[in-house]
Amino acid sequence: MVPQSPVLVVVIPLIFAFLALLFGWWRKGLCYPITLVAVSISFLASLCTLHTVITTGTIHYHLGNWAPPWGIEYVVDHLNAFVLAIVSFISVVVAISSKRSVEQELPDKIVYFYCMFLLQVTGLLGIVATGDMFNLYVFLEIASLAGYALIAIGEEGAPFASFNYLIFGTIGACFYLLGVGYLYVITGSLNMADLSQALPNLYHSKVVLVAFAFFLVGVSLKMALFPLHVWLPDAYTYAPSAVSSLLAPLMTKVGAYVMIRLMFTVFKPYFSIELIPVTAILGWIAAGAILFGALMALAQIDLKRMLTYILVSEVGYIALGVGLANRAGLTGAILHILNDAFMMLALFLVVGAIMYRSGKREIPQLRYLHRKMPFTMATFVIAALSVIGIPPTCGFFSKWYLILGAIDASRWVFVAVLLVSSLLNVILFFRVIENAYLEPDEEHAGGGSELAIATEEAPLTMLMPILIAGAGIMLFGVLSGKIISTIIQFAVPQCF
Amino acid sequence: MLDFIISKYNYWIYIILMMIGFYAMIGKKNLVKKIIGINIFQTAIILFFISTAAKRGGTLPIIEHGHGHGAHAIEAASYVNPLPHVLMLTAIVVMVSTLGVALAIVIAIYRRYNTLEEDEILEKRKWSRNLLF
Repeated sequence: MVPQSPVLVVVIPLIFAFLALLFGWWRKGLCYPITLVAVSISFLASLCTLHTVITTGTIHYHLGNWAPPWGIEYVVDHLNAFVLAIVSFISVVVAISSKRSVEQELPDKIVYFYCMFLLQVTGLLGIVATGDMFNLYVFLEIASLAGYALIAIGEEGAPFASFNYLIFGTIGACFYLLGVGYLYVITGSLNMADLSQALPNLYHSKVVLVAFAFFLVGVSLKMALFPLHVWLPDAYTYAPSAVSSLLAPLMTKVGAYVMIRLMFTVFKPYFSIELIPVTAILGWIAAGAILFGALMALAQIDLKRMLTYILVSEVGYIALGVGLANRAGLTGAILHILNDAFMMLALFLVVGAIMYRSGKREIPQLRYLHRKMPFTMATFVIAALSVIGIPPTCGFFSKWYLILGAIDASRWVFVAVLLVSSLLNVILFFRVIENAYLEPDEEHAGGGSELAIATEEAPLTMLMPILIAGAGIMLFGVLSGKIISTIIQFAVPQCF
Repeated sequence: MLDFIISKYNYWIYIILMMIGFYAMIGKKNLVKKIIGINIFQTAIILFFISTAAKRGGTLPIIEHGHGHGAHAIEAASYVNPLPHVLMLTAIVVMVSTLGVALAIVIAIYRRYNTLEEDEILEKRKWSRNLLF
């Protein structure tokens, strides 16, 4: 199994997607265990891959034993293996928690939900594992198409939001495909390693510039970078809880991974930093994204919608790390892929659990929630502290590296933006925590006796994943030094 | 200039088609027209890829008298490049599935709002939101 592990990570969910459909027609209840088995095997395979990469270095897997420039190749290095492990682990966690909320929200669509869920995971994992430009496009579309379908089955307003996402996503994917076409015309290759060898001689060609522009706009659309984020808040707000807790942590992070891969592997850092000042522009766009996301989040009453705007701002952090283009900045960006995935996972799972129990998610309606759902709300507070950036949680460390990177690059504006956004996040989350934890005065003034409020904690299948996500946030905070020294250090391109 | 346009006319058509599709996706208010825009856009990309593969006087990339008919050198110039064609086969599959998903979503939208005009849908959604609060 070990030498095949990079391909198993991707292929197992794909095969099980069809098995889930087949067995689902026979027994509806079988879909959930099948999905769990699939994502668990995939997670084990990705752990195995990560271990191999750490001990022996980059893995090259030739599909069907065709040699690289002709056949499709999976290349897994430190960056890939790291993101693969994140994606597959979060799929496992979301798969566990999906049981009850899917039964409640989509009782007659359980079979199709799990089929689409597995296809979505396949797409995300494939994007990360592949070393071939066109293969990446195909996986991007598998992930996006499954995403459109999953979002469209949500509540009132979901189909329209999903349609908007489809328009933007298709433009993004088409631009990416055009970029691949231009690169193929000028180099005659689709293999990433091959392209990075062939391109440096052609950096002054207009074709390469156009291809790079297409890539950047296409990927920015997919990862919802600030001016191109307009599809995200609607789509993720109206999606079913299980879907938004899968897509929100992963889709944007995988987009960020593709951006890092294109800018620093396919094109050499020399091209994207010095030849055309794209990283400088990216930095300013990212600063805009951070502030805009936080400010828009302030204006929301709906908790889930507020989180989607925070997600826009978090994408900005990763883009800022890439835009700083130095070792500390990129370390921060890659660490933030992990941290933000777990923070968003925890926050969206909590919202899902609140929705499951009460059906409400406007911030003023969250009163007494700390007594109804003590563990869920405790995790929410941990995740909130992490988004703000309080030391023992993981969010602090990635922000720390981003600020160090900004200081190294002497971009003081970005340092200010990072600090201001932390303050904005404090306001954002304390508004929620105040509503959930503090009780209004007048009720004490009258009777004096405590209101009897029964605990109605989320069911175990939903509570477990929430606690895992919360524990992950603390754990990765404590272990961040270790993660950087064993993985991220090698994932950052050598020339920095 | 005219020569330049005529000699590369397929690329000009690709650009014009792409812009028409792009405009329809963004500018048109009717959802089905937007979907048609997506299709025109993707067809333009197919035209672009196929144009890059074409060669004047090129033939099908099937080697005649292959096995067992004696070895002879293969002239790459006399065959069209098959790879962009293969890529576009995959892209067509993606295109068809995008179309399918888009049409399914549009049906769901029509069932809910009884219209396919974007501005009318937005108005109805505002109205239903006002009812909620």
